Amino acid sequence: MIRTARAILRKDLAIELRTKESVPAMTLFTVTVFVLFHFGLDRDSLDGELASGVLWVTLLLAAVIGVTRLFATEREQGGIDGLLLAPVDRTALWLAKATAMFVYLTALELVAVPTFGVLLLGPDLFAALPVLVPILLAANIGLSAIGALVSALAAETRARELIVPLLLLPLVVPLLIAAASATEPLLRGDQAAEDLGRWLGLLSLYDVVFVLIAVAVFDFLLDD
Amino acid sequence: MELDGLERRYGDRVALSGVVAQIEQGATLVVLGANGAGKTTLLRVLATLLRPHGGVARVLGGELPREAWKVRGRVGFLGHDPLLYRELTGRENLRYHAELHGVARERVDERLAAVGLERRADEPVRDLSKGMVQRLAVARATLHDPELLLLDEPRANLDPAAAEHLEPLIGRASGRTRVLVTHDVEGGLAEADLALGLRGGKQAFCRPARELTIAEARGLYS
Repeated sequence: MIRTARAILRKDLAIELRTKESVPAMTLFTVTVFVLFHFGLDRDSLDGELASGVLWVTLLLAAVIGVTRLFATEREQGGIDGLLLAPVDRTALWLAKATAMFVYLTALELVAVPTFGVLLLGPDLFAALPVLVPILLAANIGLSAIGALVSALAAETRARELIVPLLLLPLVVPLLIAAASATEPLLRGDQAAEDLGRWLGLLSLYDVVFVLIAVAVFDFLLDD
Repeated sequence: MELDGLERRYGDRVALSGVVAQIEQGATLVVLGANGAGKTTLLRVLATLLRPHGGVARVLGGELPREAWKVRGRVGFLGHDPLLYRELTGRENLRYHAELHGVARERVDERLAAVGLERRADEPVRDLSKGMVQRLAVARATLHDPELLLLDEPRANLDPAAAEHLEPLIGRASGRTRVLVTHDVEGGLAEADLALGLRGGKQAFCRPARELTIAEARGLYS
């Protein structure tokens, strides 16, 4: 399965590098939303709950763009048929797509988080990074796992641009709550919040549950 | 391959019904019928891409859909869609499919040479002509040396020289069992052992190709 997933992932990343359809769109959206918040909130800087909420809601909405595009090449160019004809474990497709989504989100955050720090954040972003990075990575795993599942589900529907946010956003509410709550003390300058372990634990639990669900049901999603 | 009362529906619409056929190893079945007769649906059922909804479909020793895993990887499917990524080069596409099928990389160069595309192999598929894409699709469908070939208008977009060039891969000379969908009635009957006629999803006939007259076969289209 790993060999197949690696082949699909390599193919997906090569196509993304050539078409530049997902990561640039996600990044542009995120930066634009931060600029809009910068002017719309009419405040010099944000911190605490508001900063955390703005960061995470923007990242989640940017993820919707990536999730919507995740199966686009397969749908438009017959990639799923090519895979179904091969004697491979179909879960490899989910693994590859979830890993691609993880890479896209991480690439997005490499630009989005510093931009957020410059445009909106009051407290020092650099001091928050050692704890913020694990929170971002844990949230990315959950988002990628559920995103790949939702994208596969919506791939064969005509209204996928509507279906993806309708399915994805309610499912990621626990992830949003945990990630925003874990981030909130960091963005008011408190690097040693006592609840951090609890929220990181919840994020990890979410990741494990959705990875297991995806592995269990993905094969059936591809069935005729 | 054995089909007995094969059925397939899309919602309430019956796409295939009561199809009965038996094909020996190495033989060719030509499937004839007007547009919408169920030819492509039949190929997709045999390729395990669609589940049959009734009857028996036994392919390469596997009963569909229960034993589809026995069939996957042993079938070469050449449909309307070339199943190639436009942004990747021909070589990259074939290497990707080689990895999915566990085929050695050397086979990719071998197939590219067999379809006459060695010199254009490193160009993105989107830059190739339709004929070249079809040749590449033939290379993709035969990359893993399938026992059964499912061919939907395999010579579409090919000039006569290219069509002849591909004969060792997809023609009778390949020695493989073949199911061939075509609108070229004369050509199809000439290279087939068995002819299956479909009309509105139902079987009109299934007879040895040599016993069928061109006029009878053309009757499917009237």
